[in-house]
Amino acid sequence: MYSAVSALNGVSNVGFATVTEMGLCGMITLRGDLADAKLAKVITSATGADVPAQRRVTTSGDHAVAWMSPDELLIMLPHDAADAMVATLTEGLSGQHVLVVNVSDARGVFTLSGDGARDVAAKLAPVDFATDAFDINDIRRSRLAQVPAAFWMSAPDTITIVAFRSVAQYVFDVLSKAVAQGSEVGFH
Amino acid sequence: MLILNCPYCGVSADETELTAGGEAHLTLATVGDDDAAFEAYLFMRKNPRGVHFERWRHANGCGKWFHAARCTMTLEVFGTYSAQTSEPPQEIIDSIKARRPDWALSDWMGTGKGDAV
Ligand SMILES: [Zn+2]
Repeated sequence: MYSAVSALNGVSNVGFATVTEMGLCGMITLRGDLADAKLAKVITSATGADVPAQRRVTTSGDHAVAWMSPDELLIMLPHDAADAMVATLTEGLSGQHVLVVNVSDARGVFTLSGDGARDVAAKLAPVDFATDAFDINDIRRSRLAQVPAAFWMSAPDTITIVAFRSVAQYVFDVLSKAVAQGSEVGFH
Repeated sequence: MLILNCPYCGVSADETELTAGGEAHLTLATVGDDDAAFEAYLFMRKNPRGVHFERWRHANGCGKWFHAARCTMTLEVFGTYSAQTSEPPQEIIDSIKARRPDWALSDWMGTGKGDAV
């Protein structure tokens, strides 16, 4: 037997904003025709959340469904619920041209929180993080310095960042540097 | 900095989010084609000074391939459009002609009179 461990075991760093690795998070990639009514029904009944519109995230309790591309969703949920969710979705979508995979342990999840969260993200990604361009439950895939990452405005002043597990240490280090006291931007 | 609007996820992506995919609308050479056709498909590329059609991929983003029409001299972008087409759509042609009245698609295709400018 083994116990699942997250990429960086919940490490955090406090500067003018706070970086935290979120520990174990469940994540499922679903690819298919997002305009399909049956698929929408299966996702809503399994997660409680509707299929999100372009670059949006819908939530229901501790489940969130994120729009990743015109044919891709990322379902976020408790780590120990992921396998059962994959089974439920696979069963519900049998016969459809879809792909449902548990990618929990292939990703690292971080939060960037505090007044300076938008400024920190804007240091590292070529994205407009102004409130009117990036509101609550907006999601934007981009790059974080040198690696691909997804940015989700999960709460006021909190940005949840999803990146590949293989670059988790890099993500934590570059975020930690960007929140260092004395490097405040004060733009957003 | 080149900025292209990704037609799949709708964001204005700067070139650091994108991967260049080279000339658009190539004709694939396949079984039964002669050497000249394969040479053209594999090696022969346009290098216009002016209007050009290219493939780009939103690599640090939604991951989709798309097409872009832009000017190689000024970096002016005339528009981006779906990857699921073998020729530029009319609205892209129209927006190029609005800015370059003397330009014709046949110039770019190599069947026209002169250089595409
Ligand atoms: Zn895109």
